Amino acid sequence: MTGPALIEVEDLRIDLDDGSSPVAAVEGVSFRIDRGETFGLVGESGCGKSITALALIGLLRPPLSIGAGAIRFEGREIQRLAAAEQRALRGNRIAMIFQEPMTALNPVSPVGRQIAEMFVLHKGKSWREANQLAVEALASVRVSAPERRVKDYPHQLSGGMRQRVMIAIALACGPDLLIADEPTTALDVTVQAEIIELMRALCAERGTAILMISHDLGLVANVCRRVAVMYAGRIVEERGSDDIFRAGAHPYTQGLVDSLPRLGSRAALGRTRLREIAGVVPAITNFPDGCRFNPRCARATDICRTTVPETTLLGAGGLVRCHHHA
Amino acid sequence: MLSFVIRRILQAVPTVLAVVLLVFVLFSVVPGSIASSLSDGGGAPPDPQVVERMKKQLGLDDPVYVRFGSYIAKLAMGDFGTSFRTREPVTTMIAKRMWPTLQLIFAAMVLAIVIGVPLGFIAALKPGSIVDTISMVVAVSGLSIAKFWLGLVLMYVFALKLGWLPSFGYGAGGLKYLILPAVTLGVSPMALLARTTRAAVLEIMTADFVRTARSKGMSETRVVKWHVMRNVLVLILTAIGLQFGALMGQAVVVEKLFSWPGIGSLLVDSVLQRDIPAVQGSILVVVLFFLAINMVIDLLYGVIDPRIRYA
Amino acid sequence: MKLGANLIIGGVLFALAIVVGLLAPWLAHTDPVMDANLLNAEEPPSWIWWFGTDGQGRDIYSRVVYGARISLTVGIVSQLVNSVIGVTLGLTAGYWGGWWDDVVNGLTNLMLAIPSLIFALAIMAVLGPGLTSLLIAIGLTNWSFTCRIARASTLSLKSHGYVQAARVLGYGDLRIMITQLLPNMLGPIIVIGTLGMGSAVLAEAALSFLGLGIRPPYPSWGSMLSEARDQITTAPWLSVFPGLAIFLTVLGLNLLGDGLRDILDPQSRSRRA
Repeated sequence: MTGPALIEVEDLRIDLDDGSSPVAAVEGVSFRIDRGETFGLVGESGCGKSITALALIGLLRPPLSIGAGAIRFEGREIQRLAAAEQRALRGNRIAMIFQEPMTALNPVSPVGRQIAEMFVLHKGKSWREANQLAVEALASVRVSAPERRVKDYPHQLSGGMRQRVMIAIALACGPDLLIADEPTTALDVTVQAEIIELMRALCAERGTAILMISHDLGLVANVCRRVAVMYAGRIVEERGSDDIFRAGAHPYTQGLVDSLPRLGSRAALGRTRLREIAGVVPAITNFPDGCRFNPRCARATDICRTTVPETTLLGAGGLVRCHHHA
Repeated sequence: MLSFVIRRILQAVPTVLAVVLLVFVLFSVVPGSIASSLSDGGGAPPDPQVVERMKKQLGLDDPVYVRFGSYIAKLAMGDFGTSFRTREPVTTMIAKRMWPTLQLIFAAMVLAIVIGVPLGFIAALKPGSIVDTISMVVAVSGLSIAKFWLGLVLMYVFALKLGWLPSFGYGAGGLKYLILPAVTLGVSPMALLARTTRAAVLEIMTADFVRTARSKGMSETRVVKWHVMRNVLVLILTAIGLQFGALMGQAVVVEKLFSWPGIGSLLVDSVLQRDIPAVQGSILVVVLFFLAINMVIDLLYGVIDPRIRYA
Repeated sequence: MKLGANLIIGGVLFALAIVVGLLAPWLAHTDPVMDANLLNAEEPPSWIWWFGTDGQGRDIYSRVVYGARISLTVGIVSQLVNSVIGVTLGLTAGYWGGWWDDVVNGLTNLMLAIPSLIFALAIMAVLGPGLTSLLIAIGLTNWSFTCRIARASTLSLKSHGYVQAARVLGYGDLRIMITQLLPNMLGPIIVIGTLGMGSAVLAEAALSFLGLGIRPPYPSWGSMLSEARDQITTAPWLSVFPGLAIFLTVLGLNLLGDGLRDILDPQSRSRRA
């Protein structure tokens, strides 16, 4: 370990309690992100990556709640803090941007004001000063004519613009950690690249760490230094992004890597159709025993069906949880 | 903004014309209704000669379009005809009764908003709780009660038994007289507003932008004040507008019950006595008023919801 | 969250009202119109006269029981008329579009511009009092909402694959409307219909109260309350029972409608959390 982590998640368990017996939607999740590091969390829909992110920023609402484990920010356990203390961190030191820019902004409030709120909330500025800072914030996310744009309403802006506004809001107070939950999934492909590049540049500039959440392994591997792969509420592999991209240690990761469409590779590798991972992600109430991936796994044997795999450390700071890892 | 206003006013014109036409058709073209109403002294069959004379006098033998034309012409000049009953111009009769009706409607609406909206808010902020259940039971009961029954019961308890308030009439226009009718009229819009507000708040509280607001580190109070309220207002404004219309209709019953000298009781009395011009005039005024209120609400919409302005 | 509570309580109340109406001749103690004995006038509620008697010496309980027939008949039939009109206009307007759509829209706007009770009043003024006039008057005033829903539903369903497939197969317009489009909008229509029955009952009561609907001596809950008003100082109990009957019936319909909405129309705004 290289010095104290910025944020450290230890053995996190998130429970889903909808009236009948509570079920663990996310279990035994541990990872750390260092200052200024870019870390990716990858998995299919329903694997629990989004709610893990929400847990980090303290936005879990019933029926979800943190059942066990710790989240340490700069060494302090934050999930147990009083509400007011959590709010002082939220938006200020840990910020988040969401997937749907279309609906993430207040439709009846000008975007400038929505940015200015950050300065009033956390930096004690007056509205006058905050509005001015909002213009600067918009400029920093490369929006042209920011002094005019601040008066616009969200419905007047394109998806890409709205996401820039979201980034401006998130980075307004200079947070240490930016959590980005599928920030470009809802955007056009051409805009996606711009937004990702913008995020990366701004955060690198300010030393902000990024937790990037996505189902797109290619995207995450590009942006992040390290990647964790989640499946059915558990982390199954964590490696440097270069290593993971070349070959996954866990069969699921390998499946994800294989399913990526790559230009020019098909003919070269003799493939004529896209590879997929057979089967579907299990429902939370129906997790298989043992290794949760076993019904879909080509390497599955009896032990996989009964025993949860231990964590195996790999070289160069990676880990994997599989009985038959590569 | 101005163009929005003008557009909105122009949109209302065809509706107004249609209403005028409808009112006219309903009463003037239905065979025999007018003349027989006129000579309907004590329920005895009308004397054919008298009926003939009245028909000539009122121009009822003229072709329909002529009658309609003169009707519109008179309306345009503010002449709503003469009451069959009292022989005074309908316009005067209506003018005398406008203010009491307006008082009643606005008082009821104010009551409904002041009690209903906060009730809905409170219920929504703690969904599923005792407060919520009780509020919504109260609301649905308020919607199920016949107004005139409620009025009767209130009248009995507060006026006759307790003697705190006068049981009917307008008096000298004092507040005392307004209370019972306004409460009676206001219960159902209050109930509806409580339900609508609750639904609106619930919908907004789970919206994405509220999650964004929370992620900024805002307290729930701030979230509600800065982000929820205005959006809720947009949603309930329609309900408020619709309520006004419904109130105009229901005021009729309340006015009759409390002998409140408004347009509503005028309408009922005129219908009972087949005083056609008065009926036509009252209906027209009521509808025009309702349209005006709706227009004001639409304009208010444009003010508070920026999405509408640019539509 | 007990979603079913609404449905059950509402259903029970409504069923109760219907049963009372159907079994009126067996449940009532006297003939509601003919059995009027002035010697019994204005008796307060007692073991003989469960709800007391009115100014003519008629048994209130029997009149309330028979009154259920009138209120429910008006409620159900007039709402049926409203729903049929609304669905027909809305479906055809959405399906064919064009000038017919404009006409229907204009009509709907017109209806929405006139408070329904006032419109019903006007129609009653023209038609005169009585049960049939009531059915027509109330039946003509409450269709706009159904129409809007039917139209919106049709517009959104029109472009669905299976509708176009039906067209290609040669299904006639009418067949498509009835077999493909109608079933998909039944949910909201039923909900509105149930709630509408409640309004219809209230409307009948109001009109009868005003003297424009069912006239004495026939026992309509509304006209009974009108009589009650005149005797409120001497016989206050007259004001209680008819109103209570209206309340319970309409409450039942409202709760039932809410309960049905939770099942049939889950995207509707008013659903509980």
